[in-house]
Amino acid sequence: MAPLLQVENLTIGFPRAEPVRNLSFEVAEGETLAIVGESGSGKSLTALALMQLLPRAARVSSGRITFDEQDLLTLDASQMRRLRGREIGMIFQEPMTSLNPVMTIGRQISEVLKVHEKLSGRAARARAIELLNLVRIPGADKRVDDYPHQLSGGMRQRVMIAMAVACRPKLLIADEPTTALDVTIQAQVLDLLDTLRRELQMAVVLITHDLGVVAQWADRVVVMYAGRKVEQALPDDLFKDPLHPYTRGLLAASPRLKNDFHYRDGALTEIPGSIVSAVGEAGCPFRPRCTQARASCGHHIPPLTVPAPDRLVACPFTSSIKAVPDAVALRY
Amino acid sequence: MPLLSVTDLKTHYQSRDGLLRSLDGVDLFVERGETVGLVGESGCGKSTLGKTLLRLVDPTAGRIEFKGEDITRVDQRRLRSVRKSIQMIFQDPFASLNPRHTIGEILEAPLVVHKAGDSAERRGIVAGIVSKVGLPADSINRYPHEFSGGQRQRIGIARALLLNPELIVCDEPVSALDLSIQAQILNLLVEMKKEFGLSYIFISHDLSVVRYFCDRVMVMYLGRIVESADNETLWSDPCHPYTRALMEAVPDPSRPRHAAPLGGDLPSPSNIPSGCRFHTRCPLATDRCRAEEPEFRSIAPGHEVACHFADSIN
Repeated sequence: MAPLLQVENLTIGFPRAEPVRNLSFEVAEGETLAIVGESGSGKSLTALALMQLLPRAARVSSGRITFDEQDLLTLDASQMRRLRGREIGMIFQEPMTSLNPVMTIGRQISEVLKVHEKLSGRAARARAIELLNLVRIPGADKRVDDYPHQLSGGMRQRVMIAMAVACRPKLLIADEPTTALDVTIQAQVLDLLDTLRRELQMAVVLITHDLGVVAQWADRVVVMYAGRKVEQALPDDLFKDPLHPYTRGLLAASPRLKNDFHYRDGALTEIPGSIVSAVGEAGCPFRPRCTQARASCGHHIPPLTVPAPDRLVACPFTSSIKAVPDAVALRY
Repeated sequence: MPLLSVTDLKTHYQSRDGLLRSLDGVDLFVERGETVGLVGESGCGKSTLGKTLLRLVDPTAGRIEFKGEDITRVDQRRLRSVRKSIQMIFQDPFASLNPRHTIGEILEAPLVVHKAGDSAERRGIVAGIVSKVGLPADSINRYPHEFSGGQRQRIGIARALLLNPELIVCDEPVSALDLSIQAQILNLLVEMKKEFGLSYIFISHDLSVVRYFCDRVMVMYLGRIVESADNETLWSDPCHPYTRALMEAVPDPSRPRHAAPLGGDLPSPSNIPSGCRFHTRCPLATDRCRAEEPEFRSIAPGHEVACHFADSIN
C-alpha cells in the first residue's frame, strides 16, 4: 500500500540559502513519525512546506510531496485550502500566538467546521463542545465561551488540538507541541495526542527537539541536521545504538534523570561549535563539529546508506568509528 | 554561617484577581561553594524567589541575610554594593542585552557603575572575561545580534562574573538553548564555579539538568518548598507525591511510556487550596490533607518534606 504521505527529494530555497536539501521520508497511515533536530535543522520549514505555508521568500525548489495519492505541489491555492484543516491538521508550539485573542474559543473551533463541513452556527457550536470534551477540557459547555487568555497554556494547546482534529484529518502535523509546556502538562498533552491518533486513526508527524519525547511517542524517527536527514531508525535502535556522530553526540550531551552522573564526576560530553558552521560547507554539514571527521568528509556530501533493516545513516564511517569514548555515553 | 539564608520569605502581588501569593513562606540557605537547585512548574514562584533574593522585587515579609547581614530592607546605596556579590543570569540572553550596544560596552557598564579602575583597566578586565567564557577576542566590537544563542548566554555569564560575585542566581540559563549547546554552557558554569569559588542558585524546570548540576535540590509548589534534600537522596528517595509526579513526567528513553502522572493545572496563586496546597492534584489526598496544612519537617538528616504521609509513601 502506498504511504499516506511521501516526501521525495524536497529542497526548500530562500534567495541565498537552501535550509532544507534533498529530504525524503514517508509516513504510513496511523503512524507517528518524529522529526528531531535543533534550531536551524530545517524541521519546521519542512512542516510548513507540507502545508504549503512557507514564508513568502521561501519556495520548494525541487522535489515532490504526495499526500493520499495527490501531488500537493501541483494543487492550486483553493484546492490546498480545502485540504488544509480538513485532511491535514497542524498544531504549533505557542498556542497563544496561533489563537485569535478577541474571539471565543468556541467561535474559533466553529469556524473550521462552518468552512469545511458547512455546518450551521448552532450545529458547529454543539460540535465545538463535543470537541472540547474530546480533548478533555473540563466543563466544556462553559469553557466554549472563554477567550484564549482565560485558559492556561496546557488548555490552550488542547483547544488548538481540538481545532486541528475537528474535521478528522488523516494527518496531523505537530510542530513542537509541548515545548512551551511544563513536563507535567507535556505528559498530559502527549497522552491526549496519542489517544486521538488511535481513536481517529490519524498519522502524526511530530516535530521536536526532545529526545525523551521521541523515545516514548514515536514509531519511527528521522534525525535532521542543517537541512538534511542524517539518520533514520526505530526509536529503540536509535537509543541503543545511535550511528551518526551527530546523534551520538546529542545522546551523550544530554543529562538524564535515570543516570547518576553528576558534575563532580566529570564534564558533559560537548558537541563543539554550533550549527552555523554548516553554512557554505562543501562536504558533510556536520564535519566542522564532528570529532571523527576525516579529510574525505569535506569532499562530498555523504549519501544515505542502509546499515541494517529499517535504518538509514548519512555517514560512511559508522562501522569503523568507536562508540563515543566517554563515561556518559557508555551509560546508555 | 551560610552564605545566604532566607527565613519565611513572602512576596505577594496585588492584581485584579486579588492577592497573588507568589512566594508564600520560603526558608532556604546556600552554603559557600554549593549549587542549590530550585525546581517546579511555571507559576510555582521559583523566578519570583530569584528576583526577591536580588531585591529586584521587594519582599512582603520575611528576612534575607547575605553573609550575616540583613539585606531585606537596606537602602539603594548599600544594595548596590550587595549586588556586586550576588549576580543573575537570565533565560533569554538576547532579551537581557541592549541591541544597540557592543559587547564591549555591555560588559564595561557594570564596571563603570561600580567604579572599577580607569578606562584602560576596565578594558583589560573585559578582555580577560571574554576569553574566560570562550568567546573570540573580537567579540567586544560586535553587537548581540551577531551571536548565536549559546554565545549570547556566554555573554550573559561574562557579565555576571565581571564584578567577582560570590553567588549567582541562574534563572533557567539553558532552557532556551539547543541540546548540543546546553552541555557547553553547563560545562562552562561548572568551570567558572571551580575557578571563582562560586555558589549558585539554579532555577530550572528541567529535572535532568538539575540532576546533573546541583548539590542540593528544593522542589517548589505554589509559593512554598515542599521537599528539600541533597541531590542523591532526592532522586533515589523522593518522598513528596509532587516530587515523584514531576520525576515520572519526564520522558526518558530508558523507560517504557506510562500514563501522565498528574492531572489538571497548577492552581492560581490568588486562590491557594486549603490544607495541603497540593491536595487538588495529589493521587493520595485524604480528608486530613484537605483540612490541615502539613508542616515542612525533617524525615532524615538534611531531608525535609511537607507531606502528612511522607513516612509511609514507599
